[in-house]
Amino acid sequence: MTPNPSRGLAVAVACLGLAALGPLPGMAQETKATAAPPASVQVDKGSALYGRPEGTGAAKLAPVAGPPIATAAAKLPLDRLKVPDGFKVEVYASGLANARSLAQAPDGTVFVGTRTVGKVYAVLPEAGADGTHAVKTIASGLHRPNGVAFHDGALYVAELSKIWRYDEILKHLDGGETPQLVYDDLPKDEAHGWKFIAIGPDDKLYVPVGAPGNIQLPPETHAQIRRIDLDGKNAEVVARGVRNSVGFDWNPKTKQLWFTDNGRDWVSEDIPNDELNVVTDPGKQHFGYPFCHQGTFTDPEYGWGHSCSEFTAPAALLGPHTASLGMRFYTGTQFPDAYRDAIFIAQHGSWNRTTKLGGDVLVAKPGSDGKVASTEPFLTGFLQDNKYVGRPVDVLVAKDGSLLVSDDYNGAIYRVSYAK
Amino acid sequence: MTGRRGAFGALASLAAVGMTGAALAAPAAEAPVPERLTACVACHGAGTSATEGVPSLGAQPADYVVTQLFQFREKQREAAPMNDIAAGFSDDDLKAYAEAVATLPAPAWSGAAPDDALKARAQAIIVKHQCTSCHGADLAGHDAIPRIRAQREEYLAKALAAYKSNARPGYDPAMNEVAQELKDDEIRDLAAYIARL
Repeated sequence: MTPNPSRGLAVAVACLGLAALGPLPGMAQETKATAAPPASVQVDKGSALYGRPEGTGAAKLAPVAGPPIATAAAKLPLDRLKVPDGFKVEVYASGLANARSLAQAPDGTVFVGTRTVGKVYAVLPEAGADGTHAVKTIASGLHRPNGVAFHDGALYVAELSKIWRYDEILKHLDGGETPQLVYDDLPKDEAHGWKFIAIGPDDKLYVPVGAPGNIQLPPETHAQIRRIDLDGKNAEVVARGVRNSVGFDWNPKTKQLWFTDNGRDWVSEDIPNDELNVVTDPGKQHFGYPFCHQGTFTDPEYGWGHSCSEFTAPAALLGPHTASLGMRFYTGTQFPDAYRDAIFIAQHGSWNRTTKLGGDVLVAKPGSDGKVASTEPFLTGFLQDNKYVGRPVDVLVAKDGSLLVSDDYNGAIYRVSYAK
Repeated sequence: MTGRRGAFGALASLAAVGMTGAALAAPAAEAPVPERLTACVACHGAGTSATEGVPSLGAQPADYVVTQLFQFREKQREAAPMNDIAAGFSDDDLKAYAEAVATLPAPAWSGAAPDDALKARAQAIIVKHQCTSCHGADLAGHDAIPRIRAQREEYLAKALAAYKSNARPGYDPAMNEVAQELKDDEIRDLAAYIARL
């Protein structure tokens, strides 16, 4: 590793927004110690770690997966969780190790995907005596079955590179059914390979393909969201320049696709923000990756020769490294009017940051023009003393208008309801 | 990669399991650590493994051991005889064994230090692939990330090759991601050097 102080300084200056100040010769010596040069010249670009600077501060940061064992119901961090006045939060279901993406059948059965434990669960609609809901494991031994979607009686499950359909799933909740392969024209990269899926108002299946690493010029097949017919045919790209989306939904009024996107790592503790984006012109828009991040920040390596004005700007910024994942429009009537058509966004929480950020559920409320007027915390308390006691992954508006929130760290689903 | 001695190691493991099968099937909740680990140390050693193909377990972070026992139980990771051993484990068993394993003394390399040429090559590879980013500056691991320093050389090489081929899916995909770029000679140097730390 050859030190390169001048490059380190350039990065530090860019990150601090000091570029306009011109050369700062006096800073060179100080900068060397705190903002060592990136190791990027030697690290393979396929690596998820590509772009990490040398230095002890950065070396302390690493993503750590949650446990494969669910937290016992009595030990869930329920008493730490906070919601606005008038709302309450309770445990909806527990014992679903690594509970991730959520989908709902018309009868209220909730399906739950996982990333690390290979299972898909069904949470039954009827509450037991203690108010919680029984869980069945409907599939196991799958490879990162993070994505679930329900349509016409069938459950669609997205593994890393294969999408399956379980017909008449509600009659087969005890497992053992052989699914039908729907689509497997997908890359097998592990990096950003686990998928959120959903079926749109156009009855097409939407499938993201993440960038196969932190920051790189991705192949044509990656860093996009595509849609396919429900039989797996006619794949077409809907959005390009998408680094890694793990959550999307359709605006109930405009029917436009909104999605979260996870920003790149290692540029800085404080930038770039994760993004909330809108597809207004399917197939025609590029959302910036790897050239422009957060709509305003050209990449220190790939941004040269580009301007952020070439790309579609985000509808809202969601904080640096917050891991903004699942999102849903609030289409229920239980919550107060101010929440109508608002977007709830689950933030898994940062790992690429010394002071952790995220680990909560945000609400983005729309203004009269349909644009995001505000983003504010809604369900908080998962982050305590810079440690996670739980990590939200997805949100779902339940049939009764309450909000379900999955937590893959504890293997639980919480229910937020309003009663005033 | 298991030669004769590796196969013998697996047989020895099976024999040990057979002898203590009853204890494994229904581990006493309050069993003291040495008793719980009797079958484990028969193959893995009491911290440092002397058996080819069988990893040392000493000071392995409990969170990591839980993920591996879970993967054995669920057959996400296949490695005889561990799949059979873990098949009957409850979640509480996974945790109890993991916590006990973590108390074993860390493995130590007792041979000669790595020569300078190996050290220089391996350290460059460690920087290039950023091993210390997750495994820590001393490669001792933490949380769900394993201790790899002083692990058995052939086990390290096998693990890296299996991550690269995706024959071994990591609990978290991080190792499958980074191993894709590893070349065979890099795997050889990494295993040789890290085993000698």
